[in-house]
Amino acid sequence: MDDVLLQEPSLAYAHTHTRAQDAAEPMLPRPFMIERRRKEAGGCFTLWLRDPTGQPFNFRVGQFNMLYVYGVGEVPISIAGDASDPSLLMHTIRGVGAVTDAMGRLKVGDTIGVRGPFGNGWPLDAAVGQDVFFVTSTVGLAPLRGLILETLARREEFGKVVLAYGSRGIHDCLYENDLHAWRARFDMTVYVTAHSAPIGYRGQVGSVAHLIERAEFDPPNTVAFVCRSEAMLPAAFAALEARGVAPDRFYTTMERNMKCAVGFCGHCQRGPTFMCRQGPVYRYSDIQHLFAVREL
Amino acid sequence: MSAETGALVGDSAVLEATALPALIQALRDEGYEVIGPTARDGAIVFSEYGPADSLPVGYEDSQEGGRYRLIKTAGRRVFDYVVGPKSLKEWFWPPRQPLWTARRGGRGSYTIDPPDPKVAPRRAFVGVRACDLAAMAVNDRTFDNGDFADPAYLKRRDNAIFISVDCARPAATCFCASMNTGPRSSSGFDLALTELEDADTHVFLVRIGTEAGAKVVARVPHRLSVESDLERARAVVTQAVARMERSMVPGIDALLKRNFTHPRWTTVAERCLSCGNCTMVCPTCFCSDVKDHTSLTGDVTTRVRSWDSCFTLDHSYVHGGALRQSRMSRYRQWMTHKLSSWWDQFGVSGCTGCGRCITWCPVGIDITEEARAIAEGDLTQAAE
Repeated sequence: MDDVLLQEPSLAYAHTHTRAQDAAEPMLPRPFMIERRRKEAGGCFTLWLRDPTGQPFNFRVGQFNMLYVYGVGEVPISIAGDASDPSLLMHTIRGVGAVTDAMGRLKVGDTIGVRGPFGNGWPLDAAVGQDVFFVTSTVGLAPLRGLILETLARREEFGKVVLAYGSRGIHDCLYENDLHAWRARFDMTVYVTAHSAPIGYRGQVGSVAHLIERAEFDPPNTVAFVCRSEAMLPAAFAALEARGVAPDRFYTTMERNMKCAVGFCGHCQRGPTFMCRQGPVYRYSDIQHLFAVREL
Repeated sequence: MSAETGALVGDSAVLEATALPALIQALRDEGYEVIGPTARDGAIVFSEYGPADSLPVGYEDSQEGGRYRLIKTAGRRVFDYVVGPKSLKEWFWPPRQPLWTARRGGRGSYTIDPPDPKVAPRRAFVGVRACDLAAMAVNDRTFDNGDFADPAYLKRRDNAIFISVDCARPAATCFCASMNTGPRSSSGFDLALTELEDADTHVFLVRIGTEAGAKVVARVPHRLSVESDLERARAVVTQAVARMERSMVPGIDALLKRNFTHPRWTTVAERCLSCGNCTMVCPTCFCSDVKDHTSLTGDVTTRVRSWDSCFTLDHSYVHGGALRQSRMSRYRQWMTHKLSSWWDQFGVSGCTGCGRCITWCPVGIDITEEARAIAEGDLTQAAE
């Protein structure tokens, strides 16, 4: 038993204190001003925010901010804007609860609190030299918009660039102008499907998974970026695998309840990771096994 | 006895039990508020000592799953109880903590004021245990994760010193030896006491961990230790280890990762009330919620961080509903986080073996027993 007494302190418990940011208050939002707002399809709206101090807001595509409404609360919202323009922040939001509904009532000139950017962002560099395949539907296009813009800005680094987008009906595509502009390009393919359409509609009707089945890209040399609701993700993953895209070649962004976005509140855990720090973007092969477990 | 021994960091001194009040006074003289064990409402809790307060003498605790009793004895021993329901965490991240205040201006605008920059009080925590020290090392990683740090936590942490005690009489719920955290304080203390008592003597061996600790010892009558004192202290710890009844199964980290669908989760969920007691008494559980507290006029709002528990439905709420609907999934989240995914997140176990979650569970769920049950029906091994 004497070894218990003589043992060196376990390294894991030795008092090591490497400081991150002594002075910073990570929970303190910065007041931004709403410069523009636009009603979007499908009960969504877009806010453009500017820091009144004139500071640029640098971020990586796929990161998110915590947006705060006075007296109501704070929620994580992905950044939809172009990362090459840090002067204006763009967020597209769907009213689904108290905070996002209150955000929908804010007007141009109102203040909104911003903390961020948080999270890891999309690893676009992993797709250099490959075909790039974006898969999403409805408001899921918002977290991908900045990535698509960056891909197009670096167009010569990639093979085919393909977007598969699903909307509920035929009149509620998010960012319809963007979709038209992308479809007009000779160096990008855009597939759009509607979940339901009136009789006589001649466009594609059905799920995004069907688009994955027939989209033109070279599966073994493709990197896919997927943003769908968690319930719909497995179908998208299965369709990609069926096409021959290996699980270590597709990435997805996910959501969880978040109270802090800096790793202190414990709410956004998924298995071994904090979604706010190791996510929200995951490589499928890293989290594949977790999808098999219910209520994780 | 002389105070002029020049005892340094790494040395051990011996002081008479009668010198304990002088030790408390020395802490005050060094400018610390003294926080120490107090017998209150039938339990030992940490509270701030007033000028007349001193360490409770002659108490023992009796702990089992869902049971805690504090017993007054006729003896003179000072530290024959172990941990009570309250850990140190409330002193470092309080149950409710204002984060900032916003004031409404005109036309939809508002300003946000950072928290009050007041300096954290200098506090000396007396009578903490090895598991409490281990918990603080765990908490240090939580609130400074390399990317972000909680300034309020760090301020309180910087101004705290710890006078720990090696446990001589572990409770039936203790399993620190199997978690490699105790019963002997191995790091993180400023001073570490071992109570040495027999028919003739009643003294404390004091190991000096830091300069701050050495300064305190210099103010108290003591002598330098000799080999026989160390021998007696070793015997105390050896005996405590031998008396420990519970233990965590080895390899729990990997074990839980391959047993997400073990039937035991359902069995334990039938007993679990989802009350969250285990998360409140756990010295490392850190989940928090934030809420705005708005004045009646609506002109001022204060954002307050409060303790939260992964046993609530709200904890996993995203638009549309809670992700962890069943109690099974919430208990599994708590236990796998504590014992397994904590390693992935922080490079350390979230469990220190203090046993509080066993004692304060109203239905007496025992984390060591649950771990053992999963180990015995290990799904992966069964499949092989």
